[in-house]
Amino acid sequence: MSIPLPLFVAIPLAAAFLLPMFGKKGKSAATVLANMVTLSLLVLAIVTIRQYGAYEVGKWSIPLGIILVRDGLSSLLLLAIGVVSSAAMLFSTRYMEQYTAKAKYLSLFLLMVAGMNGVVLSGDIFNLYVFLEIASIASYALVGFGCEHEELEASFKYMVLGSIASTFILFGIALVYGNTGALNMAYISKAIQDSGVNAGLAFALALFVTGFGLKAALVPFHAWLPDAHPSAPAPISAMLSGILIKTLGVYALARMVFNVFGVSVEIGWLLMVLGLSSMVVGAFLALGQWDFKRLLAYSSISQIGYVILGIGLGATLISQQASLAWASLAILGGLFHLVNHAVYKSLLFLTSGSVEMSTGTRQLREMGGLAERMPITRTTCAVASASIAGVPPFSGFWSKLILVVAAVQARLFWVAAIIVFVSLCTLIMYLKIHRYVFLGEVPRSLEHIKENKGSMLVAMVFLACLCVLMGLLVLVPGLRENVLDPAVQVLTDGVKYSADVMGMTIGT
Amino acid sequence: MPYALCFLLFMIGLYCVVVKKNMVKIVIGILVMEYAVNLFLIMLGYRMGGVAPIVGQSELDPSTGGLLSSFLNASVDPLPQALVLTSIVISLGSLALMISVCVRVYGKYGTFDITEIRRLKG
Repeated sequence: MSIPLPLFVAIPLAAAFLLPMFGKKGKSAATVLANMVTLSLLVLAIVTIRQYGAYEVGKWSIPLGIILVRDGLSSLLLLAIGVVSSAAMLFSTRYMEQYTAKAKYLSLFLLMVAGMNGVVLSGDIFNLYVFLEIASIASYALVGFGCEHEELEASFKYMVLGSIASTFILFGIALVYGNTGALNMAYISKAIQDSGVNAGLAFALALFVTGFGLKAALVPFHAWLPDAHPSAPAPISAMLSGILIKTLGVYALARMVFNVFGVSVEIGWLLMVLGLSSMVVGAFLALGQWDFKRLLAYSSISQIGYVILGIGLGATLISQQASLAWASLAILGGLFHLVNHAVYKSLLFLTSGSVEMSTGTRQLREMGGLAERMPITRTTCAVASASIAGVPPFSGFWSKLILVVAAVQARLFWVAAIIVFVSLCTLIMYLKIHRYVFLGEVPRSLEHIKENKGSMLVAMVFLACLCVLMGLLVLVPGLRENVLDPAVQVLTDGVKYSADVMGMTIGT
Repeated sequence: MPYALCFLLFMIGLYCVVVKKNMVKIVIGILVMEYAVNLFLIMLGYRMGGVAPIVGQSELDPSTGGLLSSFLNASVDPLPQALVLTSIVISLGSLALMISVCVRVYGKYGTFDITEIRRLKG
């Protein structure tokens, strides 16, 4: 059965405009509808995982019209978006009862999902920008959703930096259009291969790295993330850290660098340096935090560094004409870490939301001894922490192992050493969370708290199970060939992308 | 030369965002940056003394049935204009959100000065 690609954007978009009409009385109906939408997107993404192809919007053939392209990398990201958004939506069902205007929240949530699905499917550079703005504007509003002092301040900061990033990206798009005369990514890629990278295109690439780097919160551009992510409601923090920075930042950057401009040694090293500095700086800043969600936000910066490092290492190896097997191993490590991080970081943010809802505080020093009172939150948090710190056999261990092996094979022993060292720092910061939140004496003010019930637990247990089982994605060949390998293939093929896309459109 | 001026305008906007302390002025700086990019897009398709890119009977070459080369050389590129329209609508959306957040922040803090709005640390 063939499913048209625009459905991935159209379903959440249509639901987002329907939901506010339910009003106060239809709140539960709106919640059910929103949950059905995210679940159906997840099911669609799983069912059609190998169904690649291109769709010409409005039957305009390329290069005149806009196309949507689905290849291995898009499929992987669609799957990750589906998993995280269904879990976060399920968690919101109960968690968002403390806020007013739930229907508006659900509507913004689905707009964000529609924007992200559009970004990963778009084969047109300007269309990518439009979807990126849909997702970003929805996320600005969601960060400020509580309308308290901190939320508004964080939302404004995020909005200013996000708007600058968007302007940079649009400027880059204008430069690319001026130099190549095309907006379709396949055609741009072909034009760049024919003409080579001139000064204007190099400037455009610099603007893209800055713009998408700001969206991905890589280290020189990370200032907004530790404010924005903790201020949002917990399920939104999970969405932002879990998937939004990866879709708008890492995915878009990887697509531009590998498939449109083509890799070079310089850009590979630039990505590796950005990745390494994010890993180290993020981990050190996280260690000093006493706010539960703020610590998680800094840890996100550090983990995004791993993803960028893997991709950058792959780019360097490809452009040095080194063995393609090790390059694809590095990229596999990066992309696998991306998916893993989406799962366990969203789980950690959900557990922090569960703790915050019960105790009413985010300060680590004001908590303690919650292990007996909130057993399921504690267990799921422990699974996610073990996973992010790289304890075998949880998922994080495998992706870090692959990255270390790839770094050693590239004769970059110091990179491997940094990966292991940052992993150790990660372990320390999550031990700190467990020590202060779940162990020790119970403060008098928290003696009557209880475990949260219902949908919140279901969402957390679902993600915790995934954390344990994700290792199978690399270990079982059948799963790897269907999910991860095609995505790696897209990046290692590089500028062959243009020929692939043109082949797809002729086929349809 | 016009491109250099456009870039200068972009830089003025960026300078405004980085240096100014008033929230509303920061928003204005972002708008200046967006206008600079819009102007740049428009100029990509602009031609001095160009004609509208609409094909009628008089633009067709009677001998070959194709377009006249004089028309192809004189017509402006319509695509950037479509892009600019989209980008204006997007910046309108984000402007509305930014200004409404400014108003809410003023309601909470009683000031637009970002040096006084500093509850978040770290």
